Amino acid sequence: MNKVLIVAEHDGTTLNPSTPKCVTCAADIPNSEITIAVFADAPDDCAQQAAKLEGVAEVAAVARPENANQLAATLAPQLAALAADYDYLLAPSSTFGKDVLPRAAALLGVGQLSDIMEVIDARSFRRPIYAGNAIVTCSVAEGSKVVATVRVASYRAAPAGSNAAPINPVSLDVALPDHTRFVELRAGGGDRPDLQTARCVISGGRGVGSADNFKLIYDLAEKLGAGVGASRAAVDAGYVANDMQVGQTGKIIAPELYMAFGISGAIQHLTGIKDAGTIVAVNKDPEAPIFEIADIGLVGDLFEIIPELDQSLSG
Amino acid sequence: MQKILVGLKRVVDYNVRIRVKEDGSGVVTDGVKMSINPFDEIALEEALRIRERGDASEVIVVSIGEEDCQQQLRTGLAMGADRAILVQTDQPVDPLAAARTLLKLIEKEQPELVILGKQAIDDDCNQTGQMLAALWDRPQATFASQLELNGQQAKVTREVDAGLEVIEVDLPAVVTTDLRLNEPRYVKLPDIMKAKKKPLETLELSALIDDAAPYCAIGEHAAPPQRSRGVMVNNASELVDALRDKGLVN
Ligand SMILES: Cc1cc2nc3c(=O)[nH]c(=O)nc-3n(C[C@H](O)[C@H](O)[C@H](O)COP(=O)(O)OP(=O)(O)OC[C@H]3O[C@@H](n4cnc5c(N)ncnc54)[C@H](O)[C@@H]3O)c2cc1C
Repeated sequence: MNKVLIVAEHDGTTLNPSTPKCVTCAADIPNSEITIAVFADAPDDCAQQAAKLEGVAEVAAVARPENANQLAATLAPQLAALAADYDYLLAPSSTFGKDVLPRAAALLGVGQLSDIMEVIDARSFRRPIYAGNAIVTCSVAEGSKVVATVRVASYRAAPAGSNAAPINPVSLDVALPDHTRFVELRAGGGDRPDLQTARCVISGGRGVGSADNFKLIYDLAEKLGAGVGASRAAVDAGYVANDMQVGQTGKIIAPELYMAFGISGAIQHLTGIKDAGTIVAVNKDPEAPIFEIADIGLVGDLFEIIPELDQSLSG
Repeated sequence: MQKILVGLKRVVDYNVRIRVKEDGSGVVTDGVKMSINPFDEIALEEALRIRERGDASEVIVVSIGEEDCQQQLRTGLAMGADRAILVQTDQPVDPLAAARTLLKLIEKEQPELVILGKQAIDDDCNQTGQMLAALWDRPQATFASQLELNGQQAKVTREVDAGLEVIEVDLPAVVTTDLRLNEPRYVKLPDIMKAKKKPLETLELSALIDDAAPYCAIGEHAAPPQRSRGVMVNNASELVDALRDKGLVN
């Protein structure tokens, strides 16, 4: 039996979709027995959501006031203590998982694999390097704990079915530091569909030209029920919030439909959309590199094309 | 504050198109342009700005790797770092080994602030800063897009999936940089000349940590599945037709 511990990502009330994706990855590990750990001040809601996920054997609920904010400095020592009895420790490769997991790994005295995209066997995994321009096989030695973040864009979410895994309250006797304090979270992109789960994502780049012009992108997204993304250049220029950046250093997404307007297609951007079902590119430059990977390309001015699209979609 | 320690990793320049070797043993690096990891350049820029504001007296740059890392350290000195340390090894160094090595330097140098890039653009690991903070038993502020020092504390704005998170940490601490923290300066020719006279100390990795065996064995490298060029359409209504054919829009 391979005991797998997954750290749940949540906002206090709702489990992030990254967690059921980690469950799917964990289920690929031979003979896995999956436990989800929910660290929160009041973990009940999220623990119940986790318990419904198919394939989950147990939920460990760690209630503690310090867990109200998911700070790596406070979570890592608890996670390291809890993970002592497990063979595998997994977290999503979201900013949450990337922040907390290496800290826990170091406390456990082991290394970590980042962004696993495929389980080959109990000890071997595939992961992307060089912004996804190469895929490597990595093997962790027998007897060593496997600590890894899961590239969530590579996995479908485990369904929330009729499962009812037992929820066990766990109290950990771990001293927590007070050197790190949460001040505030300023939410960015608003209440649009989440980029990492949206079926369709519409993105704008530097070609959109201004924050005001981005309204065109939002309106089209509204019409299609799509999430809205952006290139780094659009974020740097202040057109949109940072959490909308797609790419190597932003979000890695896998929507069924991705539409890029005024984005040139730098490798760092393409890294974020390689798993998309269909990629559409609209760019006024016929030589733009994005056309090399687009399934459907249209050369033209986005300021003319978006209103026309709007009409055709209504027709 | 006295000292800021900055890590500089030597990596394939971000503009290079990466190719996997035919035999799958790695990626082509022969004759390829090497640079400071872009996130580390941002880390150094931030440290220099802090020193130039009068909030720190010395900026030390560190690189771990083969002898050629001296080039990147010299560039760091030309940007304005005061001195450089090369921890030399011909073996691959994984993030845990890098963190253990940096910890040894911290014990010696006693910096109040360590600034590293959030990830290296070669292995894309995004681990070293967090591991170092754990081993040092100090705060970490990862993915920083703004850093404000107030005496013995730092207020850091972090780029997270949900937006911007602000945290406050006691110093000493480890900060890792995101792209929007600053825009690094260009190196001027006279600075390159001056940098040649700045101190660059070389230490052997084996003198600092005993066992740098990597956590995982890296096996075969493969090229990712390629997406190919699709079809071109002539106008918006053709585009909508194509999407309707695929059942992607109503
Ligand atoms: C370490 C590192 C990490 C990075 N990470 C990321 C990342 O995560 N995500 C990311 O996106 N980038 C990232 N980048 C930046 C990346 O290299 C590019 O600079 C960026 O993606 C360019 O954004 P863009 O395509 O919007 O802008 P540009 O490259 O300037 O392209 C703008 C495009 O708009 C087109 N255009 C202009 N006007 C119109 C119009 N009216 N109608 C139609 N088309 C028009 C132009 O033809 C052009 O192709 C990273 C870079 C580095 C060094």
